Amino acid sequence: MKFSTPGPWLSDDGPDTDVVMSCRVRLARNIAGFPFVGRANDAQRREILRIAQQVVLSLDLADGMFWVDLSHSPARDRQLLMERHLISRHLAEAEFPRAVAVSGDETLSIMVNEEDHLRMQVLGPGIGLSDLMDRINEVDDAIESRLDFAFSQRWGYLTACPTNVGAGIRLSVMMHLPGLKLTGEIDRLRRAAKDLHLAVRGYYGEGSESAGDFYQVSNQITLGRSEQDLLAEFRDRILPQIIEYEQHARQMLVERNPTLLDDRINRAVGILRSAHLLGAEEAMKLLSRVRLGIRLKRLHGIDLNKVNHLLLQVQSAHLQQSIGADLNPDQRREARAKLVREALS
Amino acid sequence: MNPPKCDHCDEPAVVHEVTLKNGIKSEIHLCQEHAREAGVSMPTHQPINQLLSQFVISHSAKARAKSKKTCPGCGMTFGRFRQSGALGCADCYETFEQQLAPLIERAQNGATHHRGKTPVRAGSSVDRQLLITQLVKELDQAVGAEQYERAAQLRDRLRDLNPGTAGNGPGDRGRTASSETAPTDS
Ligand SMILES: [Zn+2]
Ligand SMILES: [Zn+2]
Repeated sequence: MKFSTPGPWLSDDGPDTDVVMSCRVRLARNIAGFPFVGRANDAQRREILRIAQQVVLSLDLADGMFWVDLSHSPARDRQLLMERHLISRHLAEAEFPRAVAVSGDETLSIMVNEEDHLRMQVLGPGIGLSDLMDRINEVDDAIESRLDFAFSQRWGYLTACPTNVGAGIRLSVMMHLPGLKLTGEIDRLRRAAKDLHLAVRGYYGEGSESAGDFYQVSNQITLGRSEQDLLAEFRDRILPQIIEYEQHARQMLVERNPTLLDDRINRAVGILRSAHLLGAEEAMKLLSRVRLGIRLKRLHGIDLNKVNHLLLQVQSAHLQQSIGADLNPDQRREARAKLVREALS
Repeated sequence: MNPPKCDHCDEPAVVHEVTLKNGIKSEIHLCQEHAREAGVSMPTHQPINQLLSQFVISHSAKARAKSKKTCPGCGMTFGRFRQSGALGCADCYETFEQQLAPLIERAQNGATHHRGKTPVRAGSSVDRQLLITQLVKELDQAVGAEQYERAAQLRDRLRDLNPGTAGNGPGDRGRTASSETAPTDS
């Protein structure tokens, strides 16, 4: 498996990419008549795969749609897909029949036999949530014209986890929040998020740690409101608050503690340019500081797109893919440091 | 003893009022929609939590008594759901509705009904869903018993019921539609 571009979520072309790196809209759907994935046996899971593959590939959902049978693909390919946010960690690591369909431009992916039979998602840069909503609805309608989804009048779309019922929709944004991290206000955001019924997760979503001050923020309410209602609240009321909160924190750093800020930013550049061993997590944390420095115009001569690209390239599967070999953890740290040194020299 | 339904429709009531007048007890039970219509102020912040926790507590004893119930669709019990957090099949929602309703309401900030998108085929396909469920079950048994010929027949019938899985034929309408729109897509 080979990818050349940085992928739709790591480009700085979208609106408001200062704080919001990318966004995603995901729908959970189950095919009527089959038990949910967790309760299905492997024969049923294979049958679900077969049905999904036939439907997804026969519909012209996107250019260059390809199908990856994850139960027969090597661990590195699965990790690669996860690093590009095309599949979840759960799907990458599960051990039963499962697959993903991905569009050629990587903006659409349909996971099969995740927690629900189908988890379809569209990704885009910046806060283009409205376009993504239209797009995922088209995909949903197209698939629904060929398959019966489990649905009840009262609960809406039925999902394996009862907290996802109703619209079965998850709106998420990947946010870069180094300001809140450096000012120590990130915990306050987490608490506020609870009251707003938001989930704040790490870089790879559910069950992952935040890496490089990147956080995935998403809605938790899926019932009792229309999709458009949920979208409007998330996009127009909730997100602007968090963005403002982060920008305020950055402003505070600039005004009250410019020395600390410059120290963190330049120290990061120094380490990235001179280290000979570099872990993935450390690299992401330092690159995050560099990104902040460029955004605040306190660093010059480093290209933002290069930094965004590196954020992906330093991750293990991508690193090994670019080297073209499987490396042990020590070799990876060495290769990663070399890659970053050369890119930033 | 079921939780009281709304006085005006079949939805479960979320607002309950008991009044005593001249020794005569009268009860009002309203669903969210009808409560709103009747101008009964829906408790918002603190009160809704109280209402919910009372609702949950008042039914938990029954929930325990009923926890031996198993889902006819997948054999799931509510106890097992509590451990895993995941339901077994679509039928679980009906089987465990009484226990699930308060859980879902709490997770969904008091919401009790779907208000979003409805699949175009939702109403018309209920019978078909039952048939599919039955066929999937039989297919499973056939595979388990290594009756491959029967399994193949069942698979064909399933294929006919899910037109999307037919390789060709009249059910394959998506392909025609998409090839017409393809040039404008790219
Ligand atoms: Zn009512
Ligand atoms: Zn069930």
